[in-house]
Amino acid sequence: MTQPLLEIKGLSKRFGGFVALDGIDLEVAPGERLGLIGPNGSGKSTLVNCICGTLQNEAGSVRFEGRTIDGLPANRRTHLGLARSFQLPRPFVSLTLIDNLRIPLIYTVAPRAGMLARTTRQMDERCMELLAMVGLDSRARRWPRDLTQVEMRKLELARAMAAEPKLLIADESMAGLSHSEVEDIIALLLRLNGQGITIILIEHIMRAVMSFSQRIAVLVSGRKIADGKRDAVVNNPEVVSAYLGQ
Amino acid sequence: MRAATFVFIALVVGAIVFALSLLARNEYVLFAGFVVLQYIVLATAWNILGGYCGYVNFGTAAFFAMGAYSTVALHKLGANPGRYLAGTFAEALIPLFPLSIPVLVVIGGLVSGLVGFGMGYLTLRLRGVFFAIATLALAVVLQTLIINWDFVGGSRGAYVIRPDSIALGPVSLSYIEYLYLVMLSLAVLALCVARQIERSRLGFGFATIRDDELAAEASGVPTLRLKLIATALSGALMGMAGAPLPYYIGYVEPAAAFGLPYAVNSIAMPMIGGTTSWVGPLIGAILLGTLQQIATVTISSVVNLLIVGVLLVAFVIIAPKGIVGLLQDRWRARLQP
Ligand SMILES: Nc1ncnc2c1ncn2[C@@H]1O[C@H](COP(=O)(O)OP(=O)(O)O)[C@@H](O)[C@H]1O
Ligand SMILES: [Mg+2]
Repeated sequence: MTQPLLEIKGLSKRFGGFVALDGIDLEVAPGERLGLIGPNGSGKSTLVNCICGTLQNEAGSVRFEGRTIDGLPANRRTHLGLARSFQLPRPFVSLTLIDNLRIPLIYTVAPRAGMLARTTRQMDERCMELLAMVGLDSRARRWPRDLTQVEMRKLELARAMAAEPKLLIADESMAGLSHSEVEDIIALLLRLNGQGITIILIEHIMRAVMSFSQRIAVLVSGRKIADGKRDAVVNNPEVVSAYLGQ
Repeated sequence: MRAATFVFIALVVGAIVFALSLLARNEYVLFAGFVVLQYIVLATAWNILGGYCGYVNFGTAAFFAMGAYSTVALHKLGANPGRYLAGTFAEALIPLFPLSIPVLVVIGGLVSGLVGFGMGYLTLRLRGVFFAIATLALAVVLQTLIINWDFVGGSRGAYVIRPDSIALGPVSLSYIEYLYLVMLSLAVLALCVARQIERSRLGFGFATIRDDELAAEASGVPTLRLKLIATALSGALMGMAGAPLPYYIGYVEPAAAFGLPYAVNSIAMPMIGGTTSWVGPLIGAILLGTLQQIATVTISSVVNLLIVGVLLVAFVIIAPKGIVGLLQDRWRARLQP
């Protein structure tokens, strides 16, 4: 078996006395498309935060490309090739959309390729390309305050993609999107996956999860209750009663 | 505009300001101008951390005073280097004394830059009001240290005797002309540094720290390192502004060097001028600095902080983005109907 890209062992996270994650084990293979589902408050976003270093977990370990990344600050993890979108959008409010995307290019992509590898003009072009992918290119010189909540989610996704990650985690990027927009984003994610990027999709829209994922993991109350082939998982009686049939 | 072009223009403007100030043939213009220039440096330095990164520093006076007291200490040492240094490893340094003002400025900058770095390191995880309180606490600690350090005069203060004039090559300047020139050069330096940061990748990084540190980290911005750069740089410029002070006033005491006006003005000037660009602190410092100089002469220096306070409150309510923000909004409204 090939080495997993992401390998989580016994990961636990508590907030005060509240156990948000309880001994999570999860492996993601290179190139895989994993759907991560679970009811609200089951710990999905907390898991993303622990993987990406936004939060530090108390117990357990996270390995990326075989290397332990526990204790590494978030920016180092991004440099290694982890990128995520935030469920509640966190745009850089004083920067225009194009400059929002410039940040990962300046601080993650350029250092990887040697600082001077990209000129300002090449960066501009790349930013516009990314904005076009999520349909925001016409607003490039606007500020995040001019965007709707849904558009901000798209900006989040574009900013995560801008870091040119090996593993992209999309945390409920599609909430509120129209049917055709969901199709567009799915197509975009599939295209990225086709280029070799591993993707974890966290989503409530089952249609999206079903059409995107090869494998599905289910979190309920901070525990992983199921993990396997898409169809096997959604037909699993425990999953049905705990989540789908809620 | 390219960075080199900006530096060139800044130098030309500086030269013109210097020439005009000399033409006035009035020492008072130089004495008052020195203070305004000092505030341009302090406000610009404060803004690098406070405006660009969003970290409010209440300790400007401490960084400024550390620069001033580096000068006092080195002046004392220079007055009798043989006594303090003979027989020690620093003996070889004796011929270097007395140190010139530009050298003292560099040393003051290094000292305060180091203090800034230390402060940044100790307060890295503090945000918002907690960071602000920590900077205030630092100022109190440093002032207490200076008060108890007899070598630099303790609470009594120290006299620094300045020469009447100085020869710069073929030209001879009176000492106040010389100090004015030094502070003018520092103002040009500070503005060039601030403007360069704004246009650089570092400036983008600072903006993300101000906007959202978690999102910045997730985009790969090493926020801790950038904050250390900001605290060190901001502190260094403040220390440089303080280094010539002993020669300017002739007598330094802790209560004056750590004075409230430095902290209050360095916050109020960028806030009133606008914190997002180098122009804001410049406008704020010229406006408030001049106003206070006028008030000192016509009414009394007692009203200075009152003026600053009233204007600050007015601006926070009416124009929270300062004068520059106000103008930018007008301009944008005209461009995008
Ligand atoms: N910073 C925090 N402090 C305290 N509790 C939190 C924090 N973040 C999340 N939680 C709690 O942890 C649980 C899991 O939250 P979350 O990971 O956001 O769930 P999900 O993304 O699956 O909806 C929730 O009960 C939430 O209230
Ligand atoms: Mg969530």
